Amino acid sequence: MYKIVKAECLADKIYLMDVEAPRVAKACQPGEFVIVKMDEIGERIPLTICDYDREKGLVTIVFQTVGASTERMAGMKAGDYFQDFVGPLGQPSEFVKDDLEEVKKRRYLFVAGGVGSAPVYPQVKWLKEHGVDVDVIEGSKTKSLLILEDELRAVAGNLYVTTDDGSYERKGMVTEVIKDLVVNQGKKYDVCVAIGPMIMMKFVCKLTKELGLPTIVSLNPIMVDGTGMCGACRVSVGGKVKFACVDGPEFDGHLVDFDQAMKRQQMYKTEEGRALLRQREGASHHGGCGHCGGEE
Amino acid sequence: MDVLKKIPVREQDPKVRAANFEEVCLGYNQEEAQAEAARCINCKNAQCIKGCPVAIDIPKFIHEVKEGQFAEAAATIAKSSALPAVCGRVCPQESQCEGKCIRGIKGEPISIGKLERFVADWSRENGFVPAKPEKTNGKKVAVIGSGPAGLTCAGDLAKMGYEVTIFEALHEPGGVLTYGIPEFRLPKLGVVRPEIENVKKLGVEIETNVIIGKSVTIDELMDEEGFKAVFIGSGAGLPKFMGIPGENANGVFSANEYLTRSNLMKAFRDDYDTPIFIGKKVAVVGGGNVAMDAARTALRLGAEVHIVYRRSEAELPARVEEVHHAKEEGIIFDLLTNPVEILTDENDWVKGMVVRKMELGEPDASGRRRPVEIAGSDYTIEVDTVIMSLGTSPNPLISATTEGLETNKWKCIVADEANGKTTKEGVYAGGDAVTGAATVILAMEAGRAGARGIDEFLSGK
Repeated sequence: MYKIVKAECLADKIYLMDVEAPRVAKACQPGEFVIVKMDEIGERIPLTICDYDREKGLVTIVFQTVGASTERMAGMKAGDYFQDFVGPLGQPSEFVKDDLEEVKKRRYLFVAGGVGSAPVYPQVKWLKEHGVDVDVIEGSKTKSLLILEDELRAVAGNLYVTTDDGSYERKGMVTEVIKDLVVNQGKKYDVCVAIGPMIMMKFVCKLTKELGLPTIVSLNPIMVDGTGMCGACRVSVGGKVKFACVDGPEFDGHLVDFDQAMKRQQMYKTEEGRALLRQREGASHHGGCGHCGGEE
Repeated sequence: MDVLKKIPVREQDPKVRAANFEEVCLGYNQEEAQAEAARCINCKNAQCIKGCPVAIDIPKFIHEVKEGQFAEAAATIAKSSALPAVCGRVCPQESQCEGKCIRGIKGEPISIGKLERFVADWSRENGFVPAKPEKTNGKKVAVIGSGPAGLTCAGDLAKMGYEVTIFEALHEPGGVLTYGIPEFRLPKLGVVRPEIENVKKLGVEIETNVIIGKSVTIDELMDEEGFKAVFIGSGAGLPKFMGIPGENANGVFSANEYLTRSNLMKAFRDDYDTPIFIGKKVAVVGGGNVAMDAARTALRLGAEVHIVYRRSEAELPARVEEVHHAKEEGIIFDLLTNPVEILTDENDWVKGMVVRKMELGEPDASGRRRPVEIAGSDYTIEVDTVIMSLGTSPNPLISATTEGLETNKWKCIVADEANGKTTKEGVYAGGDAVTGAATVILAMEAGRAGARGIDEFLSGK
């Protein structure tokens, strides 16, 4: 059992938890993820690691509620326990494995979209701790959904915040900020790391390809075991089949087949919708939603 | 009574069982078991023992069953096997113990597997508990993986007095017994869990949610956590795909994913959170036991199911009993047929599969007749789900993170068959991690050999 020592709501539908998991805290690196399972009946849910405290044996996770399982998870409080918490999984970010002197020569641009700020944070923090200042663009739909701004500001060289509706700082998409920095301000970058919704990563990659800026993305496909034994998370990268849980989750964004990945992400939409409806409305729901088949 | 024939075993009616996940085979009762045991002629030079990879004293336990001494029979089996309730159910007895039975020359061999199962079930129901060793020798051994190889190795080492910890990557121990073989062949709560509890009662600790190579490495276990030896029984869990067009479409699954969702995550039950996609018409590609398990699972979820296999029925690698059960339940066999492409609709969902007819050519190196394509024979079958069951290979994670551990070109760990010794001192291995996908009982035999090897190493024999 893995104790939740802190649970807080960061923004609408976005939650942060510190979980006691000494083995994971000791071994994990930026870029890796964990799988959590709430209880006996729960499913295995992959979540990126947002932070870790090796001494206290704590791992920080951030998640957004998207269906029945994550909604149930949002109800867990400090003092509650996860039945299972396994990791670290996946490959660490490239710079963790590369020669530090080489890494220091590179100019990095990080792009964080929505809840993608959570996996970006430990990467930027790691680089800061190793003497590398990087530029970070943080994008959010609206001001109230912005998370980890102060944390990112503390470790980033420059932080550029943008909101789709202009309710805070700049107005517009992250791609417009990239264009502004590279084209208008003439900033030079060697690597872009973009993490956020699949659609955002797709458009960032489309732009950075035009700009000739190599880009790494972190994919979040459907997973079951997270250890390479099932292939539920398979993605096409450069025409080759890769398992995101063991080969990734980070890949060369210019080689990823985003359209296929997005369609695969939708595979259980109906089942998820079903489960959510069952939980919210119980036996009182009798169809009409187009998901549950209750009208048949 | 015709002594040439086996006492038939009671089974659920095919029509009824095709719609539930309850165990198909109901097993013998005491009367039936004793009658079947009475058929054994108690050979002096018993061939059946030679057919059993762990060499259970079969005539002895069968004689004890005949006499109604079931506790004694359980003790006889326990000397050689840690998982009798499992092996009695899933061993391919026709090519092992029962294949060698003298009775089988003129009539049907003794139902050794069903008798073993009877004894194991009887001992569980009557609270027969294996004896725990009196004291340990203080030496710590780590076992990686809690499948049949790891459980057997851990059980044997605990009996010898070692302090054993099993590290398991998933949240539930058992390996393929838990995530692979379905409930209707091997009940989880009723059979697998109690069998694992018996191993724990020997003093073995099981730490779940630990991925060796990620959470902690073998070197760290030995250098920092005080383990004097390690046994790797991590299996062969990496699924293969065909590499044909359309294979990443929605509705294409590896058998591992399909079975893991259903068996481990209990997706077939409404009160569990994990979803599973239930198609109307399912094609399972492959002809092994895993293919039969996936097909029969899909059938129970309500689909029409086809087994698509490129050779003929005679070459099906699955157990005869499984093929027989699958047919009884209504699985359709499309033999001498091989997929060449998966067709998808505008939303990237499977809508069909192009298949090619095959004929059998000359035997290949493995002795099986090689399938040869018949040119111009392509046709399309309409399906909405495809389950790929083409075999598995070992996960390279452990070998990649352990200095000095040699693997062969199939990524299998190189280990001595007699004692499990690998190229790294103090590290032993066995089961599918060494041989590639094989059987439960062979993994147990390798676990036993590994325990022997580790004991020789640590006791300086």
